[in-house]
Amino acid sequence: MRTPDLNVKSGIAKQFSTELSLKLYERICLVRWFEKGLIEVIKKKGEPKFVYLSTGQEAVAAALSFELRSYMIFAQHRAHDIYLTFGGNPVMLRDELMGLPAGTSQGKGGSNCLQYHMNGLTMFGHHGLIGENVPLGVGAALASGRKTVCFFGDGSAEEDYVLAAMGFAVTHKLPVYFVCVDNDLSILTTTDVRRSWEITKIAKGFGMPCMDVADDPWSIMHYTKELTENLPALINCRVCRNNWHVGIGTDGPPEWERHAMVKQELIKLGHKQAIDEIEDRVQRSMENLWKKEL
Amino acid sequence: MEERTLAETIKEVSRKHLEENGGLLIGQCITALGWVNGTVPNVQGIVELPMTDVAGAGIAVGAAMMGRRPIFVVRFQDFMMLNSSPFVNYAAKVKELHGKTAPVFIRALASEGMGPVHSGVLHSVFMHFPGFIICSPMTPGEYEEAWEVFMENDRPMFVSEHRSSFQNTEELEDKVHKKADITLYGISYPRFALEETAKMLAEDGIVCNIVHIMWLKPFEITDRLLEPLKRTNLGLVIDNSFEICGAARSIAYELSDASGYPVKALGLLDKTKCLCKPYRNEAPDSKLIFETVKKIIRDC
Ligand SMILES: Cc1ncc(C[n+]2csc(CCOP(=O)(O)OP(=O)(O)O)c2C)c(N)n1
Ligand SMILES: [Mg+2]
Repeated sequence: MRTPDLNVKSGIAKQFSTELSLKLYERICLVRWFEKGLIEVIKKKGEPKFVYLSTGQEAVAAALSFELRSYMIFAQHRAHDIYLTFGGNPVMLRDELMGLPAGTSQGKGGSNCLQYHMNGLTMFGHHGLIGENVPLGVGAALASGRKTVCFFGDGSAEEDYVLAAMGFAVTHKLPVYFVCVDNDLSILTTTDVRRSWEITKIAKGFGMPCMDVADDPWSIMHYTKELTENLPALINCRVCRNNWHVGIGTDGPPEWERHAMVKQELIKLGHKQAIDEIEDRVQRSMENLWKKEL
Repeated sequence: MEERTLAETIKEVSRKHLEENGGLLIGQCITALGWVNGTVPNVQGIVELPMTDVAGAGIAVGAAMMGRRPIFVVRFQDFMMLNSSPFVNYAAKVKELHGKTAPVFIRALASEGMGPVHSGVLHSVFMHFPGFIICSPMTPGEYEEAWEVFMENDRPMFVSEHRSSFQNTEELEDKVHKKADITLYGISYPRFALEETAKMLAEDGIVCNIVHIMWLKPFEITDRLLEPLKRTNLGLVIDNSFEICGAARSIAYELSDASGYPVKALGLLDKTKCLCKPYRNEAPDSKLIFETVKKIIRDC
């Protein structure tokens, strides 16, 4: 089941405009280069210690940032990618990670507690209990009627309150999109060790439309368009986390490199020069951003 | 004016909130079984939760984040051990951490004599965590005050109710003498035993002041609390939660610290509250308070 092409629609990138695909690539690069800079800072200073890196998984957030821009966001601990791709200010994120007063929560939250309430974006801060954001998001949708996206991982998907909150959303027909970012890991324990069931089967059992798909961003945008017509709905996105659960270390190469695959697809579509320019620009801007700390 | 019970007051406060403020009232099994002892109004805005305690509390906190100021009803305080996480870990922390708010009015009902998981009084547990306002109103007037404070603040409020107080129509007044031997501070249900205790003590020649405590956190040392103690140089705080790490000891410490006089504490024994009569570990009654005071005075 866990393959880089799981339910990926071949050739689907062509159905999206060049402009959108290039923006998508820019957002993917933004996460990568932001975190590359952060890693350099940590290597040099040893701080901040507790960072939850998104690199490797960022295509999911980048794709959804086009489809769910007006949604209220309830994310969990691993959310640099969500913050950045949906339009959070990178400077404020840097300052939050460095514990500075100019950070998004005045430096009190840090990597696993990101919030952002500017620029038309409503992203509520997490406090660090995995999946806590799911009942909160469901309650917020109940109380406001606003469209809401709850991001959580394959580990959090097992929390009793996550499952119960999904059931509640179905009962009350709430406008919630549940996004499981499935890296097959809860810290370092793989899913097969933890459980025998799949979250999409649970969603189906609840009577929710759902899809299980690898992190090809165009396929995710495609399915999201369909699924969000009939909320609540769930998408399970298979991803590869490049770094450790927390911190900057790595355990060898990831199963697949979505960034490289997206790049390849864009080159195939004839955008080599454009994406090189984009990546170069993002790299320089992020190097500039981190200069202050290096 | 017609006398109103505490239960009727709660119902009316809730009705107004739901009908006039666009509020919500959230809980499990709240529209059956006597509508929570006649405290829940039959109006729009009630959300019956499925039997999901942690998620249910999280849903209430999410609703609070949207400004609906939900009333969350927990029919037995013991269930708060399951419900507590979203309140303790999210609602109570969100202001300090993120400058955001999740004001939820947690109606936590205590009972007596209903066994190990239906007789609990947990306000002490919540006093431990930063971010909450905590009170235990036992009269119609106190309940209205609690509600007003809730509406003026943006913190979650833990309201430690007691079923045995629901039919009460009277306000509970402090009784302070010019000259007395001890000041009794009552919290929650044991407050109703203080008048009787004072009578019993008077028969033994002991005069006591009675001071009622409704606000547990923030706990403000006011003249109303301190002056009677300065006249008796001795105090006792009585509460119906467990004594170890409990409200009685914590408040006794604060009063003692502020006055320089000894203030003792009386709460529940460090024992499970069983269902059968001799093992209930019930709230201190007038007899127990009487004996405790006698012992304190003897030992002094
Ligand atoms: C309620 C709770 N239980 C356990 C933890 C410890 N913990 C932190 S992150 C994590 C793994 C979560 O896995 P997943 O939801 O898949 O997210 P990922 O880290 O893989 O992105 C665990 C178990 C926690 N923070 N909160
Ligand atoms: Mg995971």
